[in-house]
Amino acid sequence: MRPFAYVKAADVESAVQAAAEPGTKFLGGGTNLVDLMREGVEQPDTLVDVTGLPYDTVEELPGGGLRVGAMVRNSTLAADRRVRARYPVLSQALLSGASGQLRNMATVGGNLLQRTRCPYFYDIASACNKREPGSGCDALEGFNRGCAILGVSDHCIAAHPSDMCVALAALDAEVEVRGVSGTRRVPLAGLHRLPGDTPQVETALEAGDLITAVELPPVPVAARSRYRKVRDRASYAFALVSVAAALGVDDGTISEVRLALGGVAPKPWRAREAERLLTGGPADDAAFRRAAEAEFASATVRQGNAFKTTLAVSTIVATLRELNEGAAR
Amino acid sequence: MSVKYAETEPATGKSTYVGQGVDRRDGPAKTTGQARFAAEFPYPDLAYAALVHATIARGRITALDTTAARAVRGVIDVLTHENAPAMKPAPKMSVLDLSSIASGTSVNYLATDEVHWNGQPIAVVVAETPETARYAASLVRPSYQELPASVDFAAEEPNAVPEKGIPIMESGADKGDAHAALAAAPVSVDLRFSTPPYNHNAIEPHATTAVWDGDHLTLHEGAQNIPWLRKHLAQRFGVPETSVRILSPYVGGAFGGKSRAWAGTLLAALAARATGRAVRLALTRAGVYHTVGGRTPSAQRVALGADAAGRLTALIHTSVSRTARIGGMPEPITAASHHLYAAPNIHLAQNVVQLDLLPNTFMRAPGESIGTFAVESAMDELAWQLGMDPIELRMRNEPERGPVGGQRFTHRMLKEAYALGAERFGWSERDPRPGVMRDGRWLVGMGVATAFHPSMRMPAQVTVRLEADGTLVVRSGMHEMGMGTATVQAQIAADEMGVPLESVHVEYGDSDLPPGPGAIGSVQTASAAAGVIDACAKLKKSALALARRAPGSPLRGRKLEELQARDGGLHHARGSQTYAEILTAAGRDHLEAESKAGMLGFVARTVLERRRKVRAATGAQFCEVRVDPDTMEVRVSRWLGVFDVGTVINAKTAASQLRGGIVMGIGMALSEQTLIDGRDGRIVNPSLSEYHLPVHADVPHIDVHYLNEPDPTTPLGLLGIGEVGITGVAAAVANAVRHATGRRVLDLPITLDKLL
Amino acid sequence: MPEIRMKVNGSVASLEVEPWVSLLDALRERLGVTGPKKGCDQGACGACTVLADGVRINSCLALAVQYDGREITTIEGVSHPLQEAFIRHDGFQCGYCTPGQICSAIGMLAEHTAGMPSAVADSGPLTEAEVRERMSGNLCRCGAYNGIVDAIMEVSG
Repeated sequence: MRPFAYVKAADVESAVQAAAEPGTKFLGGGTNLVDLMREGVEQPDTLVDVTGLPYDTVEELPGGGLRVGAMVRNSTLAADRRVRARYPVLSQALLSGASGQLRNMATVGGNLLQRTRCPYFYDIASACNKREPGSGCDALEGFNRGCAILGVSDHCIAAHPSDMCVALAALDAEVEVRGVSGTRRVPLAGLHRLPGDTPQVETALEAGDLITAVELPPVPVAARSRYRKVRDRASYAFALVSVAAALGVDDGTISEVRLALGGVAPKPWRAREAERLLTGGPADDAAFRRAAEAEFASATVRQGNAFKTTLAVSTIVATLRELNEGAAR
Repeated sequence: MSVKYAETEPATGKSTYVGQGVDRRDGPAKTTGQARFAAEFPYPDLAYAALVHATIARGRITALDTTAARAVRGVIDVLTHENAPAMKPAPKMSVLDLSSIASGTSVNYLATDEVHWNGQPIAVVVAETPETARYAASLVRPSYQELPASVDFAAEEPNAVPEKGIPIMESGADKGDAHAALAAAPVSVDLRFSTPPYNHNAIEPHATTAVWDGDHLTLHEGAQNIPWLRKHLAQRFGVPETSVRILSPYVGGAFGGKSRAWAGTLLAALAARATGRAVRLALTRAGVYHTVGGRTPSAQRVALGADAAGRLTALIHTSVSRTARIGGMPEPITAASHHLYAAPNIHLAQNVVQLDLLPNTFMRAPGESIGTFAVESAMDELAWQLGMDPIELRMRNEPERGPVGGQRFTHRMLKEAYALGAERFGWSERDPRPGVMRDGRWLVGMGVATAFHPSMRMPAQVTVRLEADGTLVVRSGMHEMGMGTATVQAQIAADEMGVPLESVHVEYGDSDLPPGPGAIGSVQTASAAAGVIDACAKLKKSALALARRAPGSPLRGRKLEELQARDGGLHHARGSQTYAEILTAAGRDHLEAESKAGMLGFVARTVLERRRKVRAATGAQFCEVRVDPDTMEVRVSRWLGVFDVGTVINAKTAASQLRGGIVMGIGMALSEQTLIDGRDGRIVNPSLSEYHLPVHADVPHIDVHYLNEPDPTTPLGLLGIGEVGITGVAAAVANAVRHATGRRVLDLPITLDKLL
Repeated sequence: MPEIRMKVNGSVASLEVEPWVSLLDALRERLGVTGPKKGCDQGACGACTVLADGVRINSCLALAVQYDGREITTIEGVSHPLQEAFIRHDGFQCGYCTPGQICSAIGMLAEHTAGMPSAVADSGPLTEAEVRERMSGNLCRCGAYNGIVDAIMEVSG
């Protein structure tokens, strides 16, 4: 990888100051960034190691929510008893991602900023507008089996790879960001951007912005929630499609539903249209299917990833059915 | 089961160790981190090399700017076609000298400005640290003049031409009129299959540590065929074979991928020679994909005709494989179809198309692995058409003799294998209707397929040496890639000589040893065993001769046939002597014997013998899958294989090798494929994150049985076991998926999108 | 060049490393600790698995500078019943992934004991299905998975 300077952040102020300089990146667990640097995709001048900053705990919020420090490791968060009880979807999402070793390294902050696994993004000999704006997109007519079908543009069809983020999207999480001009909060739904004609701009973060925490609001319905990940092998693979869902059913009628999707969009995709159609309606397969199909009405598919619509619809139906049957028991 | 007549001489020692599940001898070294692989030998002046790969499919390098790379501190040299010392051209493939197979490609690296495939090495950076070498390599800037290239197999496959046969491999055949018989058959299937390229993906990426001392080259390398590699290197660098030393005590997996001299090996040696430093070149994972060939993709047609009772009337199997314009070998895709079924009319044909890609190479059961996918899927489909149990269909068509050539089977126990397998697997519980078996919400399917791999032998030289303290040293340049090489040969030698296993030492993995057989084509164990048995026989003879000359020896006047080798010596009811006693009495500190076998005549023997006999390891593969009815994810939930691999020397290591083949077959069936971009020939997924090998969670318990019946025509009755395990696996999976879902997938891998 | 101190297999090691040197390369090329293997160099195979303060990690994606002051255990520093169990159950063939498998299994057993859930089960005794899921970050191309799982089950039981 290209030589770079390494700075261990002593405190958040100096970290943010240092990272405001061009060519500087924060280093968390390194599980994605170090890989991308070795491939020449990322070439920072300076890495600011933030893993020593005191954001490594999960704390109670008034009202039953949780505040998760950005340096908390994925495995720690997945194992947290409160997370498992209140937000099983989040624990399951984390545990379905990567491997035991990687989860022990990866931080929550780093996971939020994971970059796409599109093979043309990874190969610097290929054309990729995300990596090299204006160079084109080899995925459009190439191998795009893993690529997105919702929210894509003619410039980029790369899918967001995180599992954790899909669960966070369903939970209406908020991200706390420390920047040069102070602290602000960004809803998870607003953290990641769709590619449009600037696929290189992936988030709403500015230079120097450091994610310090993720806040989970109380979501009672999430006590019965589920993360379902569909992939090419039984473990240790990125999602073709994933579904984060929570379902509240009252006497056969859906009182509340949370639905977010992974593997199908350039960002963790909250399926608001499907949620709207489901809420107040019957909890049965036909309704689940109608809502899921509506969510994908605007899908833009290509030869390699056309199957994702069918797969996503049936995975949504199956996940909601499972939650519904669980509720009935 | 009856014991068959043995053509070879029976072992004079009794079987104390052969057959036992002895622990691997290298277990302690491998479980403590003491086993050193090729990239792990330190040298005081070691430098590190990294490759620069072409990013076009075909063309010429018009400029190669190395300024930025050279400017990096710690860079020692950048070798390109403009400054690299010349290697001699790669020898052309010839059956008269099989070491010529070591030429992976005809391309002479860094000799010209030509680019022949996307990923071809075009420069080598040598630096003081591995990080510096790799970074500087990323700074080398080539400019190209691109030339038109053919890289898309699916598009070019219709233009394939009949392949030229290779005498040691099976290719086309014709018997009767298969097309007419097919047209007339009351029941028939006619199916087109395709299989993608696959890569070996040994977990150890190819690595070489090369050291020159004058004209003498020492090479640490994970090699499957030390003699071939040694000769190849000597030829390329213009030095005598005796000046090349190859050390290969451990090989971190190979599966065919380390059987030839690929770019990394040659360029490490070249860089070491050019810089005067010891050089280590450890390929990146992507570097392996770009410089080491993999399995050919294939397009296949299998058409079967049968009468209403399920007796085959026609068998047609044709294939297209892909080699490269600059090398590669056609793979014997229809080979197994010569021997599986007693059809009166058979047409087999193999075609090939040459593309502008890295040449293909041997990968575990080249030909048979993908060929059996097609023919065994077609048999299953025919069973569906007939409404017949697929095992019953196979049994009705089990041949008495070679279906094409009328050869004698040295050994054929498929009926027994299926019978045992069906019983152990619970085949009778299979509801023959598709899509009706369930486990909770999962769809359940059961499928079978036949495994078949020919058993060959290659020449091996072996010496055995008795020390005065009774120690036995077996020396042969064999290869240890995980088969338990030293362990099984020690078991054999201990039994032959009648000495305790602990007193047998086996030396291997070094070109200074007598040349061993290549670890290719499932030949190593049987080939080396023949040498060990022969050398041990000579050694016992010498020991007896010594004893007979010694005054007062209880063995005086005895003939070898009257004696038993056991308890560390030669025994007779009326008097015995240990080897130590014999040597001591004769005043000798050791006694040595050698088994020699030349390559000369091997090819001719193989070809001649093939006309008369079929010798193969076979098996019955039983697979159960679970398919998620919503997402169509396929998971293998149970596996059972019953194999006829002749005598099993080591129950533990043999089972592991068979399981390993099955696991690789499961990957081949469900998740693995090398994606090659049809626009520019670039491999799109050259990584272990995007090329999906089976992980722990993909692999259920695999129940392995073997019939353990010696083949009457081989030393100790051994048949090869390295490759038969993978054959038939993909078909068994596809057939189970067909049973679970009613869907026939003809195109590997069986990913869920093909079932949705 | 940053100087770091780590305790590697019980001995303190001081070394100067550029920040771009991975923990794996620091171990293998600088310290001669070659037990941890390089199979992919991108966290996709697990052959480089070591224990950092007892926690299993992929040393190929770890920058050495980030592990200043930490205690690293590689296969060379392991003395565990799993090693003999791997031999008894033939949990390897070529041996290249083995150091990573064993280090990973040690870390995995500690995780399970500490109550870490898996994608297969939230809690409860370690089952074979759980071992397979929890060990899926360690690839074995020789296909010795059965033996590895048997060895782990024996030792954990």
